[in-house]
Amino acid sequence: MRRWLAAHWRAFSATVARFTGAPLTSLLNVTVIGTALALPLGFYILLSNLQGLARDYSPQPQVSIFLTADAQSADVQDITRRLKSLPGIAGFRFVPRDQALESLQSRTGLADVIAGLGHNPLPDAFVVNAGRNANALESLRTEFSRWPKVAEVHVDSDWARRLDSLLALGRYAVLMLASALALALIAITFNTIRLQILTQRDEIEVAKLIGATDGYIQRPFLYLGSMIGCAGGAVAWLMVWGALWVFNVQLRPLTELYGIPLTLAHLNSPDSLVTLLFATGLGWFGAWLSVRRHLHSYNPL
Amino acid sequence: MTQIILSGVHKRYPGGHEALANISLAIEAGELVFVIGHSGAGKSTLLKLMAAIERPSTGSVIVNGQNIGTLRTRGIPFLRRHLGLVFQDHKLLFDRSVIDNVLLPLDINGFDRREGARRARAALDKVGLLYKEKAQPITLSGGEQQRLCIARAIVHRPAILLADEPTGNLDADYASEIGALFRDFNQVGVTVVLATHDMQLAARLNPRLIEVRAGRLAA
Repeated sequence: MRRWLAAHWRAFSATVARFTGAPLTSLLNVTVIGTALALPLGFYILLSNLQGLARDYSPQPQVSIFLTADAQSADVQDITRRLKSLPGIAGFRFVPRDQALESLQSRTGLADVIAGLGHNPLPDAFVVNAGRNANALESLRTEFSRWPKVAEVHVDSDWARRLDSLLALGRYAVLMLASALALALIAITFNTIRLQILTQRDEIEVAKLIGATDGYIQRPFLYLGSMIGCAGGAVAWLMVWGALWVFNVQLRPLTELYGIPLTLAHLNSPDSLVTLLFATGLGWFGAWLSVRRHLHSYNPL
Repeated sequence: MTQIILSGVHKRYPGGHEALANISLAIEAGELVFVIGHSGAGKSTLLKLMAAIERPSTGSVIVNGQNIGTLRTRGIPFLRRHLGLVFQDHKLLFDRSVIDNVLLPLDINGFDRREGARRARAALDKVGLLYKEKAQPITLSGGEQQRLCIARAIVHRPAILLADEPTGNLDADYASEIGALFRDFNQVGVTVVLATHDMQLAARLNPRLIEVRAGRLAA
Protein backbone atom coordinates (compact mmCIF):
# COMPACT_ATOMS: atom_id res chain seq x y z
CA MET A 1 0.00 0.00 0.00
CA ARG A 2 2.77 2.42 0.94
CA ARG A 3 4.67 1.48 -2.19
CA TRP A 4 1.59 2.04 -4.24
CA LEU A 5 0.99 5.45 -2.67
CA ALA A 6 4.64 6.37 -3.13
CA ALA A 7 4.48 5.36 -6.79
CA HIS A 8 1.39 7.51 -7.26
CA TRP A 9 2.97 10.42 -5.46
CA ARG A 10 6.04 10.13 -7.65
CA ALA A 11 3.96 10.03 -10.83
CA PHE A 12 1.93 12.97 -9.57
CA SER A 13 4.91 15.15 -8.71
CA ALA A 14 6.60 14.25 -11.99
CA THR A 15 3.44 15.34 -13.77
CA VAL A 16 3.28 18.60 -11.85
CA ALA A 17 6.88 19.24 -12.81
CA ARG A 18 6.07 18.52 -16.45
CA PHE A 19 2.96 20.68 -16.31
CA THR A 20 4.77 23.68 -14.83
CA GLY A 21 7.90 22.97 -16.85
CA ALA A 22 6.12 24.00 -20.06
CA PRO A 23 4.03 26.87 -18.73
CA LEU A 24 3.03 28.34 -22.09
CA THR A 25 1.72 25.08 -23.50
CA SER A 26 -0.07 24.27 -20.28
CA LEU A 27 -1.56 27.74 -20.08
CA LEU A 28 -2.83 27.58 -23.66
CA ASN A 29 -4.37 24.18 -23.13
CA VAL A 30 -6.01 25.20 -19.92
CA THR A 31 -7.36 28.42 -21.42
CA VAL A 32 -8.89 26.61 -24.37
CA ILE A 33 -10.57 24.13 -22.07
CA GLY A 34 -11.58 26.86 -19.65
CA THR A 35 -13.26 28.85 -22.42
CA ALA A 36 -15.03 25.77 -23.70
CA LEU A 37 -16.37 25.07 -20.23
CA ALA A 38 -17.16 28.68 -19.34
CA LEU A 39 -19.83 28.91 -22.06
CA PRO A 40 -22.22 26.24 -20.83
CA LEU A 41 -21.38 27.06 -17.23
CA GLY A 42 -22.29 30.71 -17.76
CA PHE A 43 -25.56 29.82 -19.47
CA TYR A 44 -26.37 27.38 -16.73
CA ILE A 45 -25.83 30.02 -14.06
CA LEU A 46 -27.93 32.54 -15.96
CA LEU A 47 -30.71 29.99 -16.25
CA SER A 48 -30.68 29.00 -12.61
CA ASN A 49 -30.77 32.66 -11.61
CA LEU A 50 -33.79 33.19 -13.87
CA GLN A 51 -35.39 30.12 -12.42
CA GLY A 52 -34.86 31.43 -8.92
CA LEU A 53 -36.49 34.71 -9.92
CA ALA A 54 -39.43 32.90 -11.47
CA ARG A 55 -39.90 30.87 -8.32
CA ASP A 56 -39.77 33.95 -6.11
CA TYR A 57 -42.41 35.77 -8.08
CA SER A 58 -44.90 32.98 -8.66
CA PRO A 59 -45.75 31.33 -5.36
CA GLN A 60 -48.99 29.49 -6.19
CA PRO A 61 -51.34 29.54 -9.11
CA GLN A 62 -53.71 32.41 -8.57
CA VAL A 63 -56.77 33.65 -10.42
CA SER A 64 -57.61 37.32 -10.31
CA ILE A 65 -61.18 38.39 -10.85
CA PHE A 66 -61.61 42.01 -11.87
CA LEU A 67 -65.07 43.47 -11.44
CA THR A 68 -66.63 46.00 -13.72
CA ALA A 69 -66.23 49.64 -12.75
CA ASP A 70 -69.94 49.95 -11.85
CA ALA A 71 -69.91 47.03 -9.39
CA GLN A 72 -71.54 47.87 -6.05
CA SER A 73 -70.90 46.43 -2.64
CA ALA A 74 -73.91 44.15 -3.13
CA ASP A 75 -72.21 42.63 -6.15
CA VAL A 76 -69.07 42.17 -4.08
CA GLN A 77 -71.05 40.34 -1.43
CA ASP A 78 -72.71 38.19 -4.09
CA ILE A 79 -69.36 37.09 -5.44
CA THR A 80 -68.00 36.52 -1.95
CA ARG A 81 -70.93 34.18 -1.30
CA ARG A 82 -70.37 32.34 -4.59
CA LEU A 83 -66.67 31.91 -3.85
CA LYS A 84 -67.37 30.59 -0.35
CA SER A 85 -69.66 27.93 -1.71
CA LEU A 86 -67.22 26.90 -4.45
CA PRO A 87 -65.36 23.66 -3.73
CA GLY A 88 -61.74 23.14 -4.73
CA ILE A 89 -60.25 26.53 -4.00
CA ALA A 90 -57.72 27.10 -1.26
CA GLY A 91 -58.85 30.58 -0.32
CA PHE A 92 -59.50 34.04 -1.63
CA ARG A 93 -59.24 37.62 -0.63
CA PHE A 94 -60.99 40.77 -1.70
CA VAL A 95 -58.86 43.68 -2.86
CA PRO A 96 -60.91 46.91 -2.86
CA ARG A 97 -59.94 49.39 -5.54
CA ASP A 98 -58.63 51.95 -3.00
CA GLN A 99 -56.34 49.43 -1.40
CA ALA A 100 -55.05 48.32 -4.77
CA LEU A 101 -54.20 51.89 -5.63
CA GLU A 102 -52.39 52.40 -2.35
CA SER A 103 -50.27 49.33 -2.74
CA LEU A 104 -49.48 50.24 -6.32
CA GLN A 105 -48.33 53.65 -5.15
CA SER A 106 -46.19 52.33 -2.37
CA ARG A 107 -44.64 49.39 -4.15
CA THR A 108 -43.69 50.32 -7.63
CA GLY A 109 -42.58 53.90 -7.48
CA LEU A 110 -45.29 54.99 -9.90
CA ALA A 111 -46.64 57.48 -7.37
CA ASP A 112 -46.13 60.46 -9.67
CA VAL A 113 -47.95 58.87 -12.56
CA ILE A 114 -50.87 57.84 -10.40
CA ALA A 115 -51.11 61.21 -8.73
CA GLY A 116 -51.35 62.73 -12.19
CA LEU A 117 -54.37 60.60 -13.07
CA GLY A 118 -56.76 62.41 -10.78
CA HIS A 119 -59.04 59.41 -10.26
CA ASN A 120 -58.59 55.75 -9.41
CA PRO A 121 -58.57 53.69 -12.61
CA LEU A 122 -58.42 50.37 -10.79
CA PRO A 123 -61.41 48.05 -10.36
CA ASP A 124 -62.34 46.01 -7.29
CA ALA A 125 -60.77 42.62 -7.46
CA PHE A 126 -60.75 39.18 -5.94
CA VAL A 127 -57.56 37.15 -5.73
CA VAL A 128 -58.45 33.48 -5.63
CA ASN A 129 -55.84 31.05 -4.49
CA ALA A 130 -56.38 27.95 -6.61
CA GLY A 131 -54.29 25.69 -4.40
CA ARG A 132 -51.88 23.26 -5.96
CA ASN A 133 -54.40 22.11 -8.50
CA ALA A 134 -53.08 23.92 -11.53
CA ASN A 135 -55.25 21.90 -13.92
CA ALA A 136 -58.44 23.34 -12.49
CA LEU A 137 -57.37 26.85 -13.41
CA GLU A 138 -59.02 26.82 -16.81
CA SER A 139 -62.39 25.63 -15.51
CA LEU A 140 -62.22 28.23 -12.75
CA ARG A 141 -61.55 30.88 -15.32
CA THR A 142 -64.63 29.96 -17.39
CA GLU A 143 -66.74 29.65 -14.26
CA PHE A 144 -65.77 33.08 -12.97
CA SER A 145 -66.19 34.83 -16.27
CA ARG A 146 -69.81 33.70 -16.35
CA TRP A 147 -70.60 35.49 -13.08
CA PRO A 148 -72.32 38.88 -13.12
CA LYS A 149 -70.29 42.08 -12.94
CA VAL A 150 -67.07 40.26 -13.73
CA ALA A 151 -65.09 42.24 -16.28
CA GLU A 152 -62.07 40.05 -16.65
CA VAL A 153 -60.45 36.92 -15.23
CA HIS A 154 -56.67 36.58 -15.15
CA VAL A 155 -54.78 33.41 -14.46
CA ASP A 156 -51.67 34.86 -12.87
CA SER A 157 -49.48 31.85 -13.24
CA ASP A 158 -49.68 31.98 -17.01
CA TRP A 159 -46.50 33.99 -17.39
CA ALA A 160 -44.72 31.82 -14.86
CA ARG A 161 -45.71 28.72 -16.76
CA ARG A 162 -44.56 30.22 -19.99
CA LEU A 163 -41.29 31.20 -18.39
CA ASP A 164 -40.99 27.71 -16.96
CA SER A 165 -41.33 26.06 -20.33
CA LEU A 166 -38.90 28.56 -21.80
CA LEU A 167 -36.46 27.74 -19.04
CA ALA A 168 -36.92 24.03 -19.68
CA LEU A 169 -36.07 24.71 -23.30
CA GLY A 170 -33.05 26.69 -22.15
CA ARG A 171 -31.96 23.81 -19.95
CA TYR A 172 -32.00 21.50 -22.94
CA ALA A 173 -30.00 24.01 -24.94
CA VAL A 174 -27.43 24.22 -22.13
CA LEU A 175 -27.33 20.47 -21.88
CA MET A 176 -26.67 20.15 -25.61
CA LEU A 177 -24.05 22.88 -25.54
CA ALA A 178 -22.41 21.27 -22.53
CA SER A 179 -22.34 17.86 -24.21
CA ALA A 180 -20.82 19.28 -27.37
CA LEU A 181 -18.16 21.15 -25.41
CA ALA A 182 -17.52 18.17 -23.16
CA LEU A 183 -16.71 16.23 -26.31
CA ALA A 184 -14.44 19.08 -27.34
CA LEU A 185 -12.70 18.90 -23.98
CA ILE A 186 -12.18 15.17 -24.36
CA ALA A 187 -10.81 15.73 -27.85
CA ILE A 188 -8.44 18.43 -26.61
CA THR A 189 -7.01 16.28 -23.82
CA PHE A 190 -6.88 13.31 -26.17
CA ASN A 191 -4.70 15.25 -28.56
CA THR A 192 -2.58 16.86 -25.85
CA ILE A 193 -1.82 13.48 -24.35
CA ARG A 194 -1.13 12.05 -27.79
CA LEU A 195 1.51 14.72 -28.38
CA GLN A 196 2.92 14.13 -24.92
CA ILE A 197 3.16 10.41 -25.62
CA LEU A 198 4.96 11.16 -28.88
CA THR A 199 7.51 13.37 -27.16
CA GLN A 200 8.07 10.77 -24.46
CA ARG A 201 8.26 7.91 -26.89
CA ASP A 202 11.84 6.98 -25.94
CA GLU A 203 11.07 7.02 -22.27
CA ILE A 204 8.04 4.79 -22.76
CA GLU A 205 10.00 2.34 -24.86
CA VAL A 206 12.87 2.13 -22.37
CA ALA A 207 10.52 1.84 -19.40
CA LYS A 208 8.73 -1.05 -21.11
CA LEU A 209 12.02 -2.77 -21.83
CA ILE A 210 13.06 -2.64 -18.21
CA GLY A 211 9.87 -4.00 -16.78
CA ALA A 212 7.42 -1.16 -16.39
CA THR A 213 3.79 -2.23 -16.24
CA ASP A 214 1.19 -0.47 -18.36
CA GLY A 215 -0.13 1.06 -15.16
CA TYR A 216 3.24 2.63 -14.39
CA ILE A 217 3.51 4.08 -17.87
CA GLN A 218 -0.08 5.32 -18.05
CA ARG A 219 -0.16 6.96 -14.65
CA PRO A 220 1.62 10.25 -15.44
CA PHE A 221 -0.48 10.72 -18.58
CA LEU A 222 -3.72 10.13 -16.72
CA TYR A 223 -2.58 12.59 -14.07
CA LEU A 224 -1.69 15.11 -16.74
CA GLY A 225 -5.11 14.76 -18.38
CA SER A 226 -6.90 15.16 -15.06
CA MET A 227 -4.75 18.13 -14.18
CA ILE A 228 -5.48 19.87 -17.47
CA GLY A 229 -9.19 19.19 -17.00
CA CYS A 230 -9.21 20.41 -13.41
CA ALA A 231 -7.25 23.56 -14.21
CA GLY A 232 -9.58 24.15 -17.17
CA GLY A 233 -12.56 23.84 -14.84
CA ALA A 234 -11.01 26.34 -12.43
CA VAL A 235 -10.34 28.77 -15.28
CA ALA A 236 -13.95 28.42 -16.43
CA TRP A 237 -15.17 29.08 -12.90
CA LEU A 238 -13.03 32.20 -12.68
CA MET A 239 -14.15 33.43 -16.09
CA VAL A 240 -17.79 33.09 -15.12
CA TRP A 241 -17.09 34.72 -11.78
CA GLY A 242 -15.54 37.70 -13.54
CA ALA A 243 -18.38 37.91 -16.05
CA LEU A 244 -20.97 37.83 -13.24
CA TRP A 245 -19.14 40.55 -11.36
CA VAL A 246 -19.24 42.81 -14.41
CA PHE A 247 -22.87 41.87 -15.01
CA ASN A 248 -23.89 42.69 -11.48
CA VAL A 249 -22.21 46.08 -11.66
CA GLN A 250 -24.16 46.76 -14.84
CA LEU A 251 -27.37 45.50 -13.26
CA ARG A 252 -27.17 47.84 -10.29
CA PRO A 253 -28.71 50.95 -11.93
CA LEU A 254 -31.42 48.71 -13.34
CA THR A 255 -32.30 47.29 -9.94
CA GLU A 256 -32.41 50.78 -8.48
CA LEU A 257 -34.75 51.82 -11.25
CA TYR A 258 -37.21 48.99 -10.70
CA GLY A 259 -36.77 48.61 -6.97
CA ILE A 260 -36.29 44.85 -7.15
CA PRO A 261 -33.14 43.40 -5.61
CA LEU A 262 -31.60 41.68 -8.63
CA THR A 263 -28.12 40.19 -8.46
CA LEU A 264 -26.84 37.15 -10.26
CA ALA A 265 -25.45 34.54 -7.91
CA HIS A 266 -22.47 32.35 -8.77
CA LEU A 267 -22.40 28.60 -8.24
CA ASN A 268 -22.64 27.50 -4.64
CA SER A 269 -19.76 25.48 -3.31
CA PRO A 270 -21.20 21.99 -3.92
CA ASP A 271 -21.99 22.94 -7.51
CA SER A 272 -18.53 24.44 -7.94
CA LEU A 273 -17.01 21.24 -6.63
CA VAL A 274 -19.11 19.18 -9.01
CA THR A 275 -17.99 21.41 -11.89
CA LEU A 276 -14.33 20.92 -11.00
CA LEU A 277 -14.77 17.17 -10.57
CA PHE A 278 -16.63 16.96 -13.85
CA ALA A 279 -13.87 18.83 -15.70
CA THR A 280 -11.25 16.64 -14.01
CA GLY A 281 -13.16 13.52 -14.97
CA LEU A 282 -13.45 14.62 -18.59
CA GLY A 283 -9.73 15.35 -18.72
CA TRP A 284 -8.99 11.97 -17.24
CA PHE A 285 -11.28 10.28 -19.73
CA GLY A 286 -9.67 12.03 -22.71
CA ALA A 287 -6.25 11.02 -21.42
CA TRP A 288 -7.42 7.46 -20.84
CA LEU A 289 -8.74 7.16 -24.39
CA SER A 290 -5.51 8.57 -25.75
CA VAL A 291 -3.36 6.28 -23.65
CA ARG A 292 -5.43 3.24 -24.69
CA ARG A 293 -5.16 4.26 -28.30
CA HIS A 294 -1.49 5.21 -28.45
CA LEU A 295 0.49 3.45 -25.74
CA HIS A 296 -0.17 -0.03 -26.94
CA SER A 297 1.22 0.73 -30.33
CA TYR A 298 4.61 1.04 -28.63
CA ASN A 299 4.50 -2.42 -27.21
CA PRO A 300 7.72 -4.07 -28.36
CA LEU A 301 5.79 -7.31 -28.56
CA MET B 1 19.46 -24.85 -12.46
CA THR B 2 18.67 -24.33 -16.10
CA GLN B 3 17.66 -20.75 -16.59
CA ILE B 4 17.02 -20.40 -20.30
CA ILE B 5 15.73 -23.21 -22.49
CA LEU B 6 14.93 -22.95 -26.18
CA SER B 7 13.54 -25.97 -27.93
CA GLY B 8 12.69 -26.22 -31.62
CA VAL B 9 12.42 -22.46 -31.94
CA HIS B 10 11.54 -20.88 -35.28
CA LYS B 11 11.08 -17.18 -35.78
CA ARG B 12 9.49 -15.95 -38.96
CA TYR B 13 8.71 -12.30 -39.52
CA PRO B 14 5.67 -11.15 -41.44
CA GLY B 15 6.64 -11.29 -45.09
CA GLY B 16 8.17 -14.71 -44.75
CA HIS B 17 11.71 -13.87 -43.68
CA GLU B 18 12.90 -16.66 -41.42
CA ALA B 19 15.28 -15.20 -38.85
CA LEU B 20 15.76 -18.32 -36.77
CA ALA B 21 15.18 -21.97 -37.61
CA ASN B 22 15.10 -24.95 -35.31
CA ILE B 23 17.10 -23.55 -32.42
CA SER B 24 17.44 -25.70 -29.33
CA LEU B 25 19.76 -24.79 -26.47
CA ALA B 26 19.93 -24.57 -22.71
CA ILE B 27 21.78 -22.06 -20.54
CA GLU B 28 22.51 -22.83 -16.90
CA ALA B 29 22.31 -20.27 -14.10
CA GLY B 30 25.65 -18.53 -13.66
CA GLU B 31 26.93 -19.29 -17.16
CA LEU B 32 28.80 -16.81 -19.31
CA VAL B 33 27.61 -17.31 -22.88
CA PHE B 34 28.60 -15.50 -26.05
CA VAL B 35 26.30 -15.73 -29.03
CA ILE B 36 28.54 -15.15 -32.05
CA GLY B 37 28.00 -14.91 -35.75
CA HIS B 38 27.92 -12.44 -38.62
CA SER B 39 25.60 -9.47 -38.78
CA GLY B 40 22.15 -10.65 -39.78
CA ALA B 41 22.79 -14.20 -38.61
CA GLY B 42 20.04 -13.96 -36.01
CA LYS B 43 21.96 -13.14 -32.81
CA SER B 44 19.78 -10.17 -31.96
CA THR B 45 16.61 -12.09 -32.65
CA LEU B 46 17.79 -14.82 -30.30
CA LEU B 47 18.32 -12.28 -27.51
CA LYS B 48 15.01 -10.58 -28.24
CA LEU B 49 13.28 -13.91 -27.76
CA MET B 50 14.97 -14.34 -24.39
CA ALA B 51 13.94 -10.81 -23.34
CA ALA B 52 10.33 -11.33 -24.47
CA ILE B 53 10.71 -8.53 -27.00
CA GLU B 54 9.70 -11.06 -29.64
CA ARG B 55 7.70 -14.24 -29.34
CA PRO B 56 8.73 -17.43 -31.15
CA SER B 57 6.68 -18.45 -34.21
CA THR B 58 6.94 -22.08 -33.16
CA GLY B 59 8.82 -23.90 -30.42
CA SER B 60 9.18 -22.79 -26.84
CA VAL B 61 11.40 -20.26 -25.09
CA ILE B 62 11.48 -20.69 -21.33
CA VAL B 63 13.19 -18.03 -19.25
CA ASN B 64 13.24 -18.25 -15.47
CA GLY B 65 10.53 -20.90 -15.68
CA GLN B 66 8.22 -18.73 -17.78
CA ASN B 67 7.20 -19.71 -21.30
CA ILE B 68 7.59 -16.61 -23.43
CA GLY B 69 5.37 -18.01 -26.17
CA THR B 70 2.37 -18.30 -23.92
CA LEU B 71 3.14 -15.60 -21.35
CA ARG B 72 0.33 -13.07 -21.11
CA THR B 73 1.26 -9.54 -22.12
CA ARG B 74 0.63 -8.23 -18.63
CA GLY B 75 3.06 -10.80 -17.25
CA ILE B 76 5.96 -9.59 -19.39
CA PRO B 77 6.97 -6.63 -17.17
CA PHE B 78 7.40 -8.95 -14.21
CA LEU B 79 9.58 -11.31 -16.24
CA ARG B 80 11.71 -8.37 -17.41
CA ARG B 81 12.38 -7.31 -13.84
CA HIS B 82 14.56 -10.41 -13.51
CA LEU B 83 16.51 -9.36 -16.58
CA GLY B 84 19.07 -6.70 -17.22
CA LEU B 85 19.17 -5.50 -20.81
CA VAL B 86 22.14 -3.81 -22.44
CA PHE B 87 21.65 -2.38 -25.91
CA GLN B 88 24.09 -1.51 -28.63
CA ASP B 89 22.51 1.94 -28.97
CA HIS B 90 22.35 2.30 -25.15
CA LYS B 91 18.76 3.61 -25.15
CA LEU B 92 19.59 6.23 -22.53
CA LEU B 93 17.18 9.00 -21.71
CA PHE B 94 18.76 12.33 -22.52
CA ASP B 95 16.21 14.43 -20.69
CA ARG B 96 17.57 13.44 -17.26
CA SER B 97 20.84 13.13 -15.42
CA VAL B 98 23.10 10.09 -15.25
CA ILE B 99 21.83 9.02 -11.84
CA ASP B 100 18.19 9.48 -12.83
CA ASN B 101 18.77 7.10 -15.72
CA VAL B 102 20.02 4.50 -13.28
CA LEU B 103 17.14 5.18 -10.92
CA LEU B 104 14.53 4.36 -13.55
CA PRO B 105 14.49 0.56 -13.05
CA LEU B 106 14.36 1.06 -9.28
CA ASP B 107 11.44 3.45 -9.68
CA ILE B 108 9.67 0.86 -11.77
CA ASN B 109 10.39 -1.80 -9.17
CA GLY B 110 8.96 0.45 -6.49
CA PHE B 111 12.07 1.07 -4.40
CA ASP B 112 11.88 4.00 -2.04
CA ARG B 113 13.97 6.98 -3.03
CA ARG B 114 16.70 6.76 -0.42
CA GLU B 115 17.37 3.05 -0.83
CA GLY B 116 17.16 3.57 -4.59
CA ALA B 117 19.72 6.37 -4.57
CA ARG B 118 22.09 4.24 -2.51
CA ARG B 119 21.85 1.37 -4.96
CA ALA B 120 22.11 3.63 -7.98
CA ARG B 121 25.34 5.13 -6.63
CA ALA B 122 26.72 1.66 -5.96
CA ALA B 123 25.94 0.66 -9.55
CA LEU B 124 27.52 3.83 -10.95
CA ASP B 125 30.56 3.24 -8.76
CA LYS B 126 30.83 -0.29 -10.13
CA VAL B 127 31.04 0.98 -13.73
CA GLY B 128 33.30 3.88 -12.73
CA LEU B 129 30.84 6.69 -13.38
CA LEU B 130 30.01 7.81 -9.87
CA TYR B 131 31.86 11.08 -10.34
CA LYS B 132 29.51 11.89 -13.22
CA GLU B 133 26.24 11.14 -11.47
CA LYS B 134 24.88 14.67 -11.98
CA ALA B 135 26.08 14.95 -15.58
CA GLN B 136 23.78 14.76 -18.59
CA PRO B 137 24.23 11.54 -20.60
CA ILE B 138 24.70 13.52 -23.81
CA THR B 139 28.02 14.80 -22.45
CA LEU B 140 29.41 11.28 -21.95
CA SER B 141 31.67 9.50 -24.42
CA GLY B 142 30.48 6.40 -26.26
CA GLY B 143 32.22 4.08 -23.81
CA GLU B 144 30.81 5.97 -20.83
CA GLN B 145 27.32 5.82 -22.29
CA GLN B 146 27.66 2.08 -22.66
CA ARG B 147 28.85 1.78 -19.05
CA LEU B 148 25.87 3.87 -17.96
CA CYS B 149 23.59 1.51 -19.87
CA ILE B 150 25.22 -1.39 -18.01
CA ALA B 151 24.77 0.35 -14.65
CA ARG B 152 21.08 0.75 -15.45
CA ALA B 153 20.86 -2.91 -16.44
CA ILE B 154 22.39 -4.25 -13.21
CA VAL B 155 21.12 -1.77 -10.61
CA HIS B 156 18.09 -3.89 -9.69
CA ARG B 157 20.33 -6.98 -9.40
CA PRO B 158 18.84 -9.11 -12.14
CA ALA B 159 19.49 -12.83 -12.37
CA ILE B 160 20.15 -12.67 -16.09
CA LEU B 161 22.04 -10.05 -18.05
CA LEU B 162 21.32 -9.92 -21.79
CA ALA B 163 23.61 -7.74 -23.87
CA ASP B 164 23.24 -7.16 -27.61
CA GLU B 165 26.50 -6.02 -29.22
CA PRO B 166 27.54 -4.04 -26.13
CA THR B 167 30.93 -3.22 -27.65
CA GLY B 168 29.70 -2.75 -31.20
CA ASN B 169 30.52 0.96 -31.46
CA LEU B 170 33.56 1.03 -29.20
CA ASP B 171 37.28 0.90 -29.83
CA ALA B 172 39.36 -1.96 -28.44
CA ASP B 173 40.31 -0.35 -25.11
CA TYR B 174 36.77 0.51 -24.20
CA ALA B 175 35.61 -2.88 -25.39
CA SER B 176 37.96 -4.72 -23.08
CA GLU B 177 36.80 -2.55 -20.14
CA ILE B 178 33.22 -3.46 -20.89
CA GLY B 179 34.15 -7.11 -21.28
CA ALA B 180 35.82 -7.08 -17.87
CA LEU B 181 32.64 -5.67 -16.34
CA PHE B 182 30.56 -8.52 -17.73
CA ARG B 183 33.07 -11.04 -16.40
CA ASP B 184 32.82 -9.43 -12.96
CA PHE B 185 29.06 -9.69 -12.91
CA ASN B 186 29.25 -13.26 -14.07
CA GLN B 187 31.68 -14.06 -11.26
CA VAL B 188 29.14 -12.94 -8.65
CA GLY B 189 26.61 -15.38 -10.07
CA VAL B 190 24.75 -13.44 -12.76
CA THR B 191 23.95 -15.39 -15.91
CA VAL B 192 25.37 -13.37 -18.80
CA VAL B 193 24.30 -13.85 -22.41
CA LEU B 194 26.12 -11.56 -24.79
CA ALA B 195 25.67 -11.30 -28.54
CA THR B 196 28.75 -10.07 -30.38
CA HIS B 197 30.83 -10.43 -33.49
CA ASP B 198 33.93 -9.28 -31.57
CA MET B 199 36.07 -12.41 -31.49
CA GLN B 200 38.88 -10.69 -29.59
CA LEU B 201 36.53 -10.08 -26.72
CA ALA B 202 35.45 -13.71 -26.83
CA ALA B 203 39.03 -14.89 -26.81
CA ARG B 204 39.84 -12.82 -23.71
CA LEU B 205 36.90 -13.91 -21.56
CA ASN B 206 36.85 -17.56 -22.53
CA PRO B 207 33.07 -17.97 -22.44
CA ARG B 208 30.86 -20.75 -23.73
CA LEU B 209 30.34 -19.97 -27.41
CA ILE B 210 27.11 -20.44 -29.32
CA GLU B 211 27.51 -19.72 -33.00
CA VAL B 212 24.55 -18.73 -35.15
CA ARG B 213 24.87 -19.05 -38.90
CA ALA B 214 22.02 -17.91 -41.14
CA GLY B 215 19.48 -18.47 -38.43
CA ARG B 216 20.68 -21.91 -37.37
CA LEU B 217 23.03 -23.12 -34.70
CA ALA B 218 26.43 -24.03 -36.11
CA ALA B 219 27.46 -27.46 -35.00
